[in-house]
Amino acid sequence: MSLTPGLYTQEGTQSPNQKSSGKISGQIAIDNRGTMTSSKIELPGEVKSDPAALMASLQLIPSPVPDLEIKYTKIFINNEWQTSVSGKTFPVYNPSNGEKICHVQEAEKADTDKAVQAARLAFTLGSVWRRMDASERGRLLDKLADLVERDRTILATLESVNGGKPFLQAFYVDLQGVIKTLRYFAGWADKIHGMTIPVDGDYFTFTKHEPIGVCGQIIPWNFPLLMMAWKIAPALCCGNTVVIKPAEQTPLSSLYMGALIKEAGFPPGVVNILPGYGPTAGAAIAFHMGIDKVAFTGSTEVGKLIQEAAGRSNLKRVTLELGGKSPNIIFADADLDYAVEQAHQGVFFNQGQCCTAGSRVFVEESIYDEFVRKSVERAKRRIVGNPFDPTTEQGPQIDKEQYSKILALIQSGISEGAKLECGGKALGRKGFYIEPTVFSNVKDEMRIAKEEIFGPVQQILKFKTMDEAIERANSTEYGLVAAVFTRDINKAMTVSAAMHAGTVWINCYNALNVQSPFGGFKMSGNGREMGEYGLREYSEVKTITMKIHQKNS
Amino acid sequence: MTTTPGDTQNHDPNPSAAPPGLPIPVSDLEVKYTKIFINNEWHDSSCGRKIPVYNPATGEKICEVEEGDEEDVDKAVKAAKEAFQLGSVWRRMDASDRGRLLNKLADLVERDQLILATMETIDSGKLFLIAYFVDLMAAIKTLRYYGGWSDKIQGRTIPVDGEYFTFTRHEPVGVCGQIIPWNFPLLMFIWKIAPALCCGNTVVIKPAEQTPLTALHMAALMKEAGFPPGVVNVVPGYGSTAGAAIASHMYIDKVAFTGSTEVGKLIKEAAGKSNLKRVTLELGGKNPNIIFADADLDHAVEQAHHGLFFNQGQCCLAGSRIFVEETIYDEFVRKSVERAKRRVLGNPFIPGVDQGPQIDKKQFDKILELIESGRKEGAKLECGGSPWGDKGLFIQPTVFSDVTDEMRIAKEEIFGPVQQIMKFKTLDEVIKRANSTHYGLVAGVFTQNINKALTIASSLQAGTVWVNCYNAMSSQCPFGGFKMSGNGREI
Repeated sequence: MSLTPGLYTQEGTQSPNQKSSGKISGQIAIDNRGTMTSSKIELPGEVKSDPAALMASLQLIPSPVPDLEIKYTKIFINNEWQTSVSGKTFPVYNPSNGEKICHVQEAEKADTDKAVQAARLAFTLGSVWRRMDASERGRLLDKLADLVERDRTILATLESVNGGKPFLQAFYVDLQGVIKTLRYFAGWADKIHGMTIPVDGDYFTFTKHEPIGVCGQIIPWNFPLLMMAWKIAPALCCGNTVVIKPAEQTPLSSLYMGALIKEAGFPPGVVNILPGYGPTAGAAIAFHMGIDKVAFTGSTEVGKLIQEAAGRSNLKRVTLELGGKSPNIIFADADLDYAVEQAHQGVFFNQGQCCTAGSRVFVEESIYDEFVRKSVERAKRRIVGNPFDPTTEQGPQIDKEQYSKILALIQSGISEGAKLECGGKALGRKGFYIEPTVFSNVKDEMRIAKEEIFGPVQQILKFKTMDEAIERANSTEYGLVAAVFTRDINKAMTVSAAMHAGTVWINCYNALNVQSPFGGFKMSGNGREMGEYGLREYSEVKTITMKIHQKNS
Repeated sequence: MTTTPGDTQNHDPNPSAAPPGLPIPVSDLEVKYTKIFINNEWHDSSCGRKIPVYNPATGEKICEVEEGDEEDVDKAVKAAKEAFQLGSVWRRMDASDRGRLLNKLADLVERDQLILATMETIDSGKLFLIAYFVDLMAAIKTLRYYGGWSDKIQGRTIPVDGEYFTFTRHEPVGVCGQIIPWNFPLLMFIWKIAPALCCGNTVVIKPAEQTPLTALHMAALMKEAGFPPGVVNVVPGYGSTAGAAIASHMYIDKVAFTGSTEVGKLIKEAAGKSNLKRVTLELGGKNPNIIFADADLDHAVEQAHHGLFFNQGQCCLAGSRIFVEETIYDEFVRKSVERAKRRVLGNPFIPGVDQGPQIDKKQFDKILELIESGRKEGAKLECGGSPWGDKGLFIQPTVFSDVTDEMRIAKEEIFGPVQQIMKFKTLDEVIKRANSTHYGLVAGVFTQNINKALTIASSLQAGTVWVNCYNAMSSQCPFGGFKMSGNGREI
């Protein structure tokens, strides 16, 4: 799972004595540090010091669509809305109050078969999609980005209602990420170059990067729309067709995208969307003989099942983006306040529901106590509440299952002897809210130091030497991301070279962007998404060798 | 010689006879921008002089534009240098936002496609429908193509020996001086600015004195798109003054020139004598187009025809030496002449017209003089050979057969509607003859035999080789010359 940071840093945004109540009268600063890194987020921090500018900026803050109508609840195949073969539907909830939003058609194996058939047909040699200029595929992705931009408020509202994430984060982080991802891959479409190769002998050899075929894609609930963009954009950029299954908790924004994909002008069958459950629709995708590649973002446990299913069926190509227990190493020479804030955002962002969460914060001994004190202070200031409230930093967890799992892991931390510094329990209101929780004196063998919690729970560990920190940081089956905070260039480079992790951040955290590849070492995944590397996962390289009369250099 | 139906001397740019579905030129086009564009503002020239701009189809003056010279180039360079300062808006902008600006510019060109195509036709004499569908479409595609590259220009990390960490960054060069020709005024403008801006450079660009109008309109669009002041500066002017000032300027970091080989040499020399600025050149050609007996004959005739006559023959990539295999030579000539005779000359605004006027009197005279030399040196004039009509700079489509390699028409770039057809016997012979030129821009080969095609493709000294097609340009492919056809690659 994935992503993103403290777009909303709170430094200086409210007086320290304010309690996390979900309502403050103070200021809002939307820092541009974060997610899809960018220097172009409106509402700059400077407004903080100027009351008039602040008022102006407040009026610029987008608001959710009131009483949003849910238009799309069916299965999307061949650019048409279809009911499930079984006739089944499933309920979709709002995690901030536990109320049902609507029912969605439930796709199972029979629906998956239909979708794959449509995707295969769209991929047939000579089809509109196969004959389309690569630059035209890019134009379609750009048009889709324009439509997402047009409907940004609607999509952010859907994302907030269905995923429980704060509306402003959905608007500024998720939606911005979606738009940038679509535009980035739009640009790649006509730049996927093969090579000509100076082979031995009288031969002429060249390579073509061809699309793989039908791509099955299974995405999680923590960044529903952004993960959809991460999956479909590179697949379509390279000319594949897609059968995508959103998480059963969060199908609404994906289905809305179905309508936009059709409006943008993608031919029928190029993208097919199957709302459904993992063991039924998800398994059908992983095992399908007519699917050439499967891409999955989710837990390591399920990732293993996907890889196994690929092996047992047709050896489809597999890319996986799985769990993490990512180390964040803070040296004594770091800018302390900055490191505290980044470490805070690094674990609490998106209710802690990020595969990138920096959930093992290793702090050098000499600053450990102060780091813990400041982190606790910061966590206590975290505003938990209604996702539609513009001041809210933290919304509810996604569902009861996650909520119970997180609370159980917190219990294990207490019983295994970690020191509970703050939080540790549910918020005591409707919806799946959990208090921001900080543990100090955490030891490597505790469950909270080993298992992915996927909740608002920060573990702070102590270290003495760099070598020790490196060894401990790497002692995990995961290897998604890591971070190091130091002003010493040698420490920074040594740690970044030593980490078994697909991404290492130096003096920043969650600095993801569309141009950089993302993915895991070890059991955090296979393959890379985003950046130029992401294209490799959606292409087959074909070598064409031709006998010629006489070669000349 | 056929003529267009109706009054060919009627230059009403809005003919009522236009078939439905075709784009209609803008009637009463107002030329809004005639000044020097520096720092996103319009300036009068320092010297106070103006350049008269003519419509080559009628010889009438369209308007006058401010004439930039050395002093104006200095002002433009100062603005471009300022915009390139460390910490400037342009330098700090996200690469992806540079891409967005290029994409926005493409949107604006699309919006003004009719205006720009009309202006291009009035100013350069090219066919309106060609301007609309070829020049403008390529301009838009080029902008979008580079819009996509801006955040994909990646450096590398390099595993060097020893305890070192090495990485590369691909940084913009700085202030780029760009000098463009009159044959594709807008498209060349885009070919120059799009990659420069994509990489984060700033630009001082001089359009040809014959055709400054679309470049100046583009300047207005760049401002509207949101490019910061000083990023692109457009200085209309003459080569010997403004152009020379760019080539010799000590604060211009790179110069890119498209034009004649003769002037290209001067540019490179000026770079050497001034600050060793980087130089890219896209120059002339005398391009071979080789037709084997096994080719699809009608297709080859048609492609060879367009490969030469496109844009009134005013293309650096014109296939002006057509080598035809002996066994099909006579038939190829016969069909080519037939095709050339069917070519329709006239008002470039009228649909159905194939060929407009040459750009100016100087070119017109030069072409006629070369035709005369062909006759004198013993080539057989199959058709054409003279001016056409009583107004405007039109030349009849001209075909020469029995052309031999030492004739001037087989060696010099004519840049006009004059096709030379030569005969060859063997593959080796034709390769040798095709390469016997100091040019090396493009080449074509027509054959159904894959071995001949590949042998030719790898033997020809040319930056681009087309197999069974001609002029198949696209924004995704590099373009540029071997030998004296240029330095470097564009697109």
